[in-house]
Amino acid sequence: MGKIKDYLKNDIRMEEGLVACIQCGTCTAICPAAEFYNYDPRKIANIVQSQDEDQIEQLLRSDTIWYCGECMSCVTRCPRSNAPGMLIQVLRAASQDLGYFTDSEKGRQQLALKRTVGTWIVEHGYCIYPRKLSYENHPEAGLIWKWEQEHLDEVHERLGSNFDGEGPGVLRKIPQESLDELQRIFDITGATERFRKIEEDSARKAREMGLSDEEYFHKVYTENSGKHGRDPQ
Amino acid sequence: MKLAGKKRIWADYQKEIPQDNYFYVRSCIRQNFFPASEVTFLRILRQELGKDIYEHIHHTTCSGIGYHSDVIPLETTMTVVARQFALMTEAGYENYACSCITSFGLYSEILETWKHFPEVLEKVRRDLKAATGREFEVPKHLAHASDIIYKMRHEIASRARYKLVNRYTGQPLRVVEHIGCHYSKMFPSKGVGGAEYPYVLAGMVEAWGGEVVDYPERRHCCGFGFRQYLVQANRGYSVANTQKKFESMAPFKPDMIITNCPGCPYFLDRWQYVIAEMEGKTYGENGFGIPVFTYEEVAGLVLGYDPWDLGLQVHQTAVEPILDKMGVAYNPEKKYLGKDGQNLGHPETPAYSKVY
Ligand code: SF4
Ligand code: SF4
Repeated sequence: MGKIKDYLKNDIRMEEGLVACIQCGTCTAICPAAEFYNYDPRKIANIVQSQDEDQIEQLLRSDTIWYCGECMSCVTRCPRSNAPGMLIQVLRAASQDLGYFTDSEKGRQQLALKRTVGTWIVEHGYCIYPRKLSYENHPEAGLIWKWEQEHLDEVHERLGSNFDGEGPGVLRKIPQESLDELQRIFDITGATERFRKIEEDSARKAREMGLSDEEYFHKVYTENSGKHGRDPQ
Repeated sequence: MKLAGKKRIWADYQKEIPQDNYFYVRSCIRQNFFPASEVTFLRILRQELGKDIYEHIHHTTCSGIGYHSDVIPLETTMTVVARQFALMTEAGYENYACSCITSFGLYSEILETWKHFPEVLEKVRRDLKAATGREFEVPKHLAHASDIIYKMRHEIASRARYKLVNRYTGQPLRVVEHIGCHYSKMFPSKGVGGAEYPYVLAGMVEAWGGEVVDYPERRHCCGFGFRQYLVQANRGYSVANTQKKFESMAPFKPDMIITNCPGCPYFLDRWQYVIAEMEGKTYGENGFGIPVFTYEEVAGLVLGYDPWDLGLQVHQTAVEPILDKMGVAYNPEKKYLGKDGQNLGHPETPAYSKVY
């Protein structure tokens, strides 16, 4: 058995996510990603079901697996109770752990996700931490967000938060011993290793592309080649 | 299908929601964007209804946004969740109440996985013990915070100061409800009304005097898509999906939107602003957007809480059209003041989105 098949076989989500797909296309019909991107969850199910190592490897190196929004709308509707969105999660894990993700524009974005949400979780105990959400990176958060950023402590105080404070409450400071526990969980259960792998493979790719760390991050976070739409753009 | 028939089907999808004694865990997104909603939730439960709801200072993110951005492996997320359950167990609680739909979907998924794969549960127990020395029981009941407000909706109605009624016409306000995909699309039996007839918000709207608007894309995703929003290059996906919903609901002329999820109110509120600024297009009356609320904000309005205590000043899409229609008393001059009345200036005015 090939290394990809071995990898996939060991993920329990494969068992829950794919049993005897009948290629009806119901998942594709309901899928918001299929409407926006050149993406078809039915085909994903087909390729995974085929167990063709080469085809699966191609998928892991492609933009395709990164188009799904993990909304799981497909789960409700699949007549076989399959979960293409869950298959995607397994394929994305494989693409990162086996080192294929830097081959595609959308896959390379994992560095941005690791350095934002991933890092905030271990540093602050929150997936999103307001002092890190600049208006410059989030103009869509609106002029109200710009105002909030300028008065972050006062706005939270007004709204009853306990921002960075001791004790319970909204956005309280997560005690250091809890952050230490999170870190140990990350070390024991694979997240630290995945973070390391994302950094290492991204650094290699940045060198290949002749970019500094900062340039590479900026590129993966902001650049869209425009080649992903349902209709060729 | 006849309406009576539909109502009967809804009745089949009721889930058991405990009356009291909850262990409460917060939502990362809501704490950032709608902090007062969680404050209001606890105010309603503790002060209004006299319930016991406990918050442990050591609880953290469930790591769900990281999990669905695929940077956190399933094993890690399961162990982080197990740690939250351990805190619940240590505090002597069995009813777990979470403020976030992403968490709620994740907890549902993990509890199902543990049921089907007991060896996975055993491994998580070993990992948690090794990492933290903690042990845990799985919760007896898992409730989303909106399930609890739904359960208390008639008690809230009995204390109502305002109703979801247009005071100028006497007609019920027309309300779009947005459930959030992970509430019941994955595990329909875990949500009130299942995936087919989600009733958790519709039940609140009806109990408080409003009328639920049905429209073609009612169940369409808000467009969050995790990495499709979190990475700047992908945000077209997010706004396109939200736009699809607005185009679909606009002909039905909703007065307001009530949401379940942490991300949905943010996206439905902010993408309206972006669409207005980019295309000059607005979806509400008189050039305004359609005001978007969390369920706690709506409950708070019904109970007569001050809109600025509810945090309605940190919405980008103006909320005043609804306050006026409901007849809610508010002081525009206090909108942007700090806790002690200090002047925090005024947000800039957008070019196209109308604000008060
Ligand atoms: S809906 Fe289910 S059975 Fe149909 S194509 Fe998709 S995964 Fe296969
Ligand atoms: S989870 Fe992914 S594949 Fe399934 S409907 Fe949502 S976007 Fe499509």
